[in-house]
Amino acid sequence: MSDHNDSKLVAKNGTLLGWFDKRYPLVSTWNVHVGEYYAPKNFNFWYFFGSLALIVLVNQIVTGIWLTMSYKPSAAEAFASVEYIMRDVEWGWLIRYMHSTGASAFFLVVYLHMMRGMLYGSYKEPRELVWLIGMMLFLLLMAEAFMGYLLPWGQMSYWGAQVIISLFGAIPLIGPDLALWVRGDFVISDVTLNRFFALHVIALPLVLVVLVFMHIVALHQVGSNNPDGVEIKKYKNDRGLPMDGIPFHPYYSVKDSMGAVFFMLLFAIVMFYAPEGGGYFIEAPNFEPANPLKTPDHIAPVWYFTPFYAILRAIPDKFLGVVAMGGAIAVLFAMPWLDRCKVKSIRYRGLSFKILLTILVVSFVILGWLGTQPATPELTKLAQIFTALYFMFFLILPFTSVNEKTKPVPERVT
Amino acid sequence: MSTEEQNSTSVNLERRKVLTGATGVVGAVGATFLAVPFVSSWQPSERAKAAGAPVNADISQLQLGQMLTVAWRGKPVWVVRRTPEMLEGLAPLDGQLRDPASDESDQPEYCKNPARAVKAEYLVVVGICTHLGCAPLFRPAIGSPDIGADWQGGFFCPCHGSRFDLAGRVFQSVPAPTNLEVPPHHFITDTLIRIGEGPSEGAQA
Repeated sequence: MSDHNDSKLVAKNGTLLGWFDKRYPLVSTWNVHVGEYYAPKNFNFWYFFGSLALIVLVNQIVTGIWLTMSYKPSAAEAFASVEYIMRDVEWGWLIRYMHSTGASAFFLVVYLHMMRGMLYGSYKEPRELVWLIGMMLFLLLMAEAFMGYLLPWGQMSYWGAQVIISLFGAIPLIGPDLALWVRGDFVISDVTLNRFFALHVIALPLVLVVLVFMHIVALHQVGSNNPDGVEIKKYKNDRGLPMDGIPFHPYYSVKDSMGAVFFMLLFAIVMFYAPEGGGYFIEAPNFEPANPLKTPDHIAPVWYFTPFYAILRAIPDKFLGVVAMGGAIAVLFAMPWLDRCKVKSIRYRGLSFKILLTILVVSFVILGWLGTQPATPELTKLAQIFTALYFMFFLILPFTSVNEKTKPVPERVT
Repeated sequence: MSTEEQNSTSVNLERRKVLTGATGVVGAVGATFLAVPFVSSWQPSERAKAAGAPVNADISQLQLGQMLTVAWRGKPVWVVRRTPEMLEGLAPLDGQLRDPASDESDQPEYCKNPARAVKAEYLVVVGICTHLGCAPLFRPAIGSPDIGADWQGGFFCPCHGSRFDLAGRVFQSVPAPTNLEVPPHHFITDTLIRIGEGPSEGAQA
């Protein structure tokens, strides 16, 4: 194997870098996380989505800052200020569409990123904490997206927020007071809009950025998993470097840059030619200002919430519906302990896991579609069936994964 | 820990423990007090609390079978003028309802009757679904392809499919737990309803 160590950064005395490095751990930080971070050499397509999520995060932060320069967080002015951004602000339409399309892109890459974790068992020992921090990021991202969707103060903004805040009201005893506290008013009003703006642009992004940092630090502590699910730290060469590892820079910095450019091309196509995503990214009723007296005839959340929304609707009981919806997200946190199979990658796992995972993914997609449809009795039945199948995955997995008929796992990456 | 060890390192661990503990306790108390203004700040402001004034609904133009929406406290309040047929259709539905006698539901005492109204002809309800707060649709026509062939007219919530009859009473096996809320209201004249104030507010409140 060739010498990979040329990517290691060295600070020489008398250079600018040397001056900085005496006063700040520049070189060592770079080396730990980039120059000398050894990642498995067999990363495939699925490994693009982590860095892509980071790129979308940057896009959301930058476009978001620019949007706040023209947006007015008040019930009287919000809708008009968004239209002002779209029509009168120089390039405002582009910045707004970058932000709104970015929200959908964020969920797309995050869902695929999570799928990768499921396929290759990246949540398993020793990466439980990476998974847990990731799940917290997912939860925060949902809160961030939900609060952002209220800001344009359209019909769907208003009634979507009405439904989600009412979810808190379903909690016994404290529910109604909790919902009142979140709204800050007896109905969703200017007060609610103003505080959601504060949370959306300051509070949640700060926590998101900190958690992303911790997600990466935790990953670099234990090292990356790979499509074979074998630990590359097991076989090291005479210099103590993993034999199946390559330094993140330049190998994966180059690969990820290529993925990023390809992603941005696709992103640009969607943003320029279908910025509303056929009514899935920005829904038609949101082009009408919020009207507290009339719910749109058909309300559905944005596509990335629909699987959980379909679960909520499927349960014909207010409190249990909320419990099921919350539970659908909460069970994912427990994945490292529900899956008791020692083999990580789906490549060497038994048939039972492959079948179960297929059922989970199919149920999730169908629930996602059902969540966009009106609640007719037939579709509600269907939603109940797939809700049951979704939860079945997490109920059965702890039992099937113990005695799974796995294939022999190779010692080193293939 | 032995005295010799403490002397040898000249560190008084006992004292450090006491000081750390005391600082922790005082700090925690302080943090709790400090949390009060931040948490309370999210409660409805005095202005929001004051904005609940009653409103009047002029029903002189309301025809039989029609519905009028007025805004009260930022919420939709419906006034439905029910036909005699609509009123007769209420009792037969009792068996299909979750709370036919409105025992679990929200209404003033003077509206806890079969028609859930001060005057049976005029139903006054808050148009907010008791499930998750959407405004249901007024669907008075009998039979409907999307709600069901046996639909007798009432309110249908487009969000999660909850159904209510023409007295705002909820059907079984839908997500909404209780009947639509009847706000306090009274008739100032035969064609003017005051919403947000009961018949003798102040005297019996």
